[in-house]
Amino acid sequence: MFEHDNDVVLSSRVRLARNIKDIPFPSIMKDSDAENVIDIVKKAVYSNEILSAQFIEYDMKNINPIERQSLVERHLISPDLAQNTKNGYALIKKDNTVSILINEEDHLRIQTIMKGLNIKEAWNVADKIDDLLEENINYAYNEKIGYLTSCPTNVGTGIRASVMVHLPALSITGQIGNILNSVVKIGIAVRGMYGEGTQSLGDIYQLSNQVTLGQREIEIIENLEGVVKQIINNERKARNDLFTIRRVQMEDRVGRAYGLISNARVLSTQEYMKLMSDVRLGAVLKIIDIDIKEIDELTTNIQPGNLQKILGKQIDPYERDIKRAEYVVQKIKG
Amino acid sequence: MLCDKCKERPATVHYTQIINGVKTEMNLCEQCAAEEGLINNETFASVANFTPFSVQNLLAGLMNFLPEVGNTFVGQQLKCDNCGLTYDMFRQTGRLGCSHCYDALQDELNPLMRRIHGSIEHRGKIPRKTGGIIRARREIDELKEKLEKAVKEEAYEEAAVLRDKIRELEKEFGK
Repeated sequence: MFEHDNDVVLSSRVRLARNIKDIPFPSIMKDSDAENVIDIVKKAVYSNEILSAQFIEYDMKNINPIERQSLVERHLISPDLAQNTKNGYALIKKDNTVSILINEEDHLRIQTIMKGLNIKEAWNVADKIDDLLEENINYAYNEKIGYLTSCPTNVGTGIRASVMVHLPALSITGQIGNILNSVVKIGIAVRGMYGEGTQSLGDIYQLSNQVTLGQREIEIIENLEGVVKQIINNERKARNDLFTIRRVQMEDRVGRAYGLISNARVLSTQEYMKLMSDVRLGAVLKIIDIDIKEIDELTTNIQPGNLQKILGKQIDPYERDIKRAEYVVQKIKG
Repeated sequence: MLCDKCKERPATVHYTQIINGVKTEMNLCEQCAAEEGLINNETFASVANFTPFSVQNLLAGLMNFLPEVGNTFVGQQLKCDNCGLTYDMFRQTGRLGCSHCYDALQDELNPLMRRIHGSIEHRGKIPRKTGGIIRARREIDELKEKLEKAVKEEAYEEAAVLRDKIRELEKEFGK
């Protein structure tokens, strides 16, 4: 079987929004407050034996735009933090599983990210880091409404758990609209690959909890996990149906996508994402022999920021499309 | 199939528009589709520029539908004494200024939070340090529930253990 349901689930993330007591929230705070927040969080990290050796610092004002964009594309920081080149700061664990974002919408956001369906583990890790930081940080907390956040949509637990899923078969069979509409009705938000306000590309969707107040963290996690498991089952069933009932068409579709992706000379991100969706489905159905882990890595690496980082220089979009095609062909053909 | 517009490159974007029941179909290549504004050429550019709606707009929308709070006089401006944020400022940005805003604007915020979350009572994590007493109080409540259940089930030995635990906690943290 697939590791952590990674035939359907790309990654699981948990983030906790926290603020420091008696310091104004980022929307109105002064630069001196922002510096103070960075100091407090850094001290809390470095005075802890377990945490201190694990993190690398990223000061948004000192790193170049390509690097910032690359961090966003690898989901290590949020687009909002990347744009805060005045006070934005991030501490990212060396193995890229944990990020502590400072001076984003809230003073700090603890984020854990894991491959496949692993929301509970992501929560356990985030919970532990939160406890360790709390030993040295006085959080803004209210007995009645919990952790106080800059926006009332995050108040209470401050938790946002999200899962990135690849749903090509539900999309081909036209069931996707219904499914997404019904999950929205039970308090699950659906977004594109890079969060709020982004389009879904390559049949990749991000599902996350809406409600943060009134439920325990574990209930929120289990609710999301339950919904995702049902979606996984639906997607697998649709894949199986397509493969048994429409085998020739599926082989044709996957073969064409593979043919294009492995022979293209010019390839935009958008076109790559569309082709990737069929290629990934073909890999899962064993129509073509590629490891899905390699495809997923490729999907991260061909994003504009990552590609420029790999090439080591800034290039214009058209040139990028040519380099992207070269890179993809080389990786796929080996 | 060639692109309807340039008639040179293959059409890869198939676009159907229905306005007042009239269906128009277009088959375009990526380049012409991008020129028509139907697709974005680069994913990441779209990440930065594509904001169909924001949380602030949604919040503002919700607030407009909320009934006026009874004890707020027309024209009276709720304001946080700590950071100076007014309710109107919050309405515009969807962001609060500081942790005291939750108290200062609670008459307006509570109905909003109830609408967003369906509840205004935190049941999640309690921070260890700041929440020592709160933690104990919640633990006592949970133990009392268990005690009640044990008595009902006539599990008196278990009930005795629970009762002692409750007494111990109450002594430590006051009632």
